[in-house]
Amino acid sequence: MTALPMIEIKNVDKVFGNFRALDTLNASIGEGEFFSLLGPSGCGKTTLLRMIGGFDEPTSGTILIGGKSMAGIPPNLRPTNMVFQSYAIFPHLNVFENIAYGLKRLRLGREEEESRVSQALAQVELTGLGPRMGNQLSGGQRQRVALARALVMRPKVLLLDEPLSALDKNLREQMQVELRHLQRQIGITFVLVTHDQYEALSMSDRIAVMFSGQIAQIAEPKEIYQNPATRQVADFLGGMNFLTASDVAVNGKGFKAALPGFGAISGHLSGKAISDPAQAIIGIRPERLRIVWEGETADPMISGKVVDRNYFGEVTSLVVAIEGQAEHVSIVETNDFGADDIPVGSDIRITYDPDAFVIMQG
Amino acid sequence: MKFLPSSRRVLSAYVIIYVAILYFPVLLLPVFSFNDSATPKLPLVGFTFKWYEGLAGNEAMHGAAWNSLVVGIIAAFLSTILGICAARAMTRHRFRGKGAASGLIMAPLILPEIIIAISLLVVMLSMGLQLSLFTVILGHLLICLPYSVTVLVSGFEGFDPSMEEASLDLGESAFGTLRRVTLPMLAPSIISSILVTFTISLDEFILAFFLSGSEPTLPVYIWGQLRFAAKLPNVLALGSILIAASLVLLTAAELLRRRAERKMAIRP
Amino acid sequence: MATASAFSYGKEQHLDPSAPTLPGVRTAREAPVMRFMRSEAGKGWLTISPPLLYAVLLLIGPIIVIVANSFWSQDYLTIDRTFTLENYKAALTEPIYRDLLMRSLFVSVTVAFVTVILAYPVAWFVSFHGGRYKGLWLFIITVPFWSGYLLRILSWKVILGYKGVLNSGLLYLGVITEPLSTLIYNVNAVIITLAHSWAAFAILPLFVSLEKLDRSLLEAAADLGDGPVRRFLRITLPLTMPGIIAALMIVMIPTVGDYVTPKLVGGKDGVMIANAIQVQFGKASNWPLGAALAVSTMVIVSLLAGAIVLMLAGIKRLLK
Repeated sequence: MTALPMIEIKNVDKVFGNFRALDTLNASIGEGEFFSLLGPSGCGKTTLLRMIGGFDEPTSGTILIGGKSMAGIPPNLRPTNMVFQSYAIFPHLNVFENIAYGLKRLRLGREEEESRVSQALAQVELTGLGPRMGNQLSGGQRQRVALARALVMRPKVLLLDEPLSALDKNLREQMQVELRHLQRQIGITFVLVTHDQYEALSMSDRIAVMFSGQIAQIAEPKEIYQNPATRQVADFLGGMNFLTASDVAVNGKGFKAALPGFGAISGHLSGKAISDPAQAIIGIRPERLRIVWEGETADPMISGKVVDRNYFGEVTSLVVAIEGQAEHVSIVETNDFGADDIPVGSDIRITYDPDAFVIMQG
Repeated sequence: MKFLPSSRRVLSAYVIIYVAILYFPVLLLPVFSFNDSATPKLPLVGFTFKWYEGLAGNEAMHGAAWNSLVVGIIAAFLSTILGICAARAMTRHRFRGKGAASGLIMAPLILPEIIIAISLLVVMLSMGLQLSLFTVILGHLLICLPYSVTVLVSGFEGFDPSMEEASLDLGESAFGTLRRVTLPMLAPSIISSILVTFTISLDEFILAFFLSGSEPTLPVYIWGQLRFAAKLPNVLALGSILIAASLVLLTAAELLRRRAERKMAIRP
Repeated sequence: MATASAFSYGKEQHLDPSAPTLPGVRTAREAPVMRFMRSEAGKGWLTISPPLLYAVLLLIGPIIVIVANSFWSQDYLTIDRTFTLENYKAALTEPIYRDLLMRSLFVSVTVAFVTVILAYPVAWFVSFHGGRYKGLWLFIITVPFWSGYLLRILSWKVILGYKGVLNSGLLYLGVITEPLSTLIYNVNAVIITLAHSWAAFAILPLFVSLEKLDRSLLEAAADLGDGPVRRFLRITLPLTMPGIIAALMIVMIPTVGDYVTPKLVGGKDGVMIANAIQVQFGKASNWPLGAALAVSTMVIVSLLAGAIVLMLAGIKRLLK
């Protein structure tokens, strides 16, 4: 965790009628941190973001920003600004007026206002677009105006509600890089809502993965990816091989299990508390399994049969049947050594890093 | 020109005949208002302005026109203000009982006017209220409100609710948001609502007939004139003016609505 | 991206939340009323309350008064507030009122069905073939409706009258030798006039329901072997039934109480219940009887409307 907590979420619940949208959430977001809320639609991530912004009130629990409780404080009095999913660019105002919208309330004087707006325009690389009307902008331009309009208010926290979901793939990837740079430069807290795991992994300092109103895991991207806390998290991030295991035992900081086809394995708990080892699941990521090429040998080494092959350009994904494993296991190999030429039906030998096994709550 | 399939041609022909029949009676009044004959019958005998000239010095008619104007303007403004509240609640808030509340506000649209008229009449007379333009305004407000709501609901639906949230988020107060975002975005719908409800009030007869007492509006005045066969050509002239006025107002409302739609549309 | 160092993010903010507590903003416990007003439901009710209050005071209130009146009796100018069912007995059993009520119901149901059947192809045309001009078509179709209720009926009087446009035109053309006396002052004249007046009202709900119809459903039905007629009966008709029901109701219920049309073109044979109600509140001045007539009409037309809705729902189930 970085520095002081900027946002503290304490036991926050939100109930709509009979539906519990948020269930006892707790989280702490640091000053200057790029924090992402990741989850499928309907998991409550947007509701939580809107509560931080003041557009929704928690049913119970508190949200603190900069150490102050935000209960009852409307959005216009919070030190947060938001980039809306639809961008909400005022169509009756031009770009300059859109960005100056909030500054008008501060009565800075015309010169100061103009200089701030033009700086903001430069910052999002829209210099010269000031007189363009709000409804004459492209998707990418609207996104930049929304960003400039929020940042010009110099918030302590910038809230971003799926800001890139309306853009096409190339522009989205470019904006991911730019947003990350911008956040590093200005150093304020960003809270991003997204359902795109790659977006969250590539941009964030830390990620909170949410399912049906609960936070399943809060961790750095690498940890979330390599060491998911639950099967649900692993499933959502995608790719994890779930393995048939028996005799799973937890002791101290490690675990042991017997995997048919693999033999006895062990691994680290990495701080996870596994309450019921019998219900726990063992997994391994596809890129941690490697092919042992002809003429080589390795330890450990197991064998399997290729049942399908999917070509992805720089990598190939092999679907492999391993004796004793109920489900096929996938292996991702770069194509440098000819993984894309392995015929379906051939027998292969596989090795792995003994530390690569992950234990997850079922 | 492409040859249409026969079923399509039959349908097109039907629609043209249907629309022609819709317009025929409405266009008939202006035609006979220029006909130089004391009774409206075929063939047309000659062109004249005399029935319109006859209206010029008619004090009673002028009084009725003034009454209609006063009632229409007040009813249009008040129903639009109330309509903004209703449309906002219907489009921007979720609450239990919204359906029932909206249904009640929209009910005058489907109730027979005579029921509304006699209920208001009985209550006003029982309360000792003198029948006047004021009582007509109260009645017209009730029946104009559903039309205002319809126009304004589509106005509210036409713009993204996060516009208002964005304004609050940028530090603007609730009132400032209303002034700087909501009203400018809603302006065409507001004007459209005023024009439409003014037209409704201008043309409304039943409520005015029951509630106007000794201060007739134009339709009530026309009703009174229908007893005199000799006055029919003048009535046709007056009716034609009313139809023309309604047409101009409604076309203006429609054009405004379309311009607003184009303005709010996002052009990529 | 350019110069961020020129800014001092996070240091400045528009308003400090640590500033003295704002009026109306309390963080601790607050009165339940205040809490409700700040909740989503509270804001909704608060916003809708001015128009709602108006509708309650000027619609519900007066209707309650009318219902109350219908159980009282009147002797000259004084109202006797003892409960009585005499007015309803008169309204439902006296032949004059019973006939007027039956005729009013007959007229309103006929007008509703005629209007909807005639309007459906037009709504279909606009929805399926209107293309870019749907809005313009709807405007063209609704304009005559806005031309004023009284004036539209007056036009029909001018058209159908004994010495009116139709008779004089036919005489002039030599189609007839003397004016037809069957054009005006009967139930048919009332039905024609009302059907014309309410055409636009029927088209709008039909159009809306046709617009909602997913076109790919029709393509799917065609793909599965249905011809145009079967497609209409099995897909379009059941799925636009809500629009048909809405159109029928929006025409039928208001027309049952029409006053001007029977008065201007109905003659002796076309009098309807609204004329009788008006007499009780005017010349005859028997409010309780008038109120009972009005309430009976509303109750019966509502029951009839319910029966028609059930019948159409039954038809919809049969169309499979």
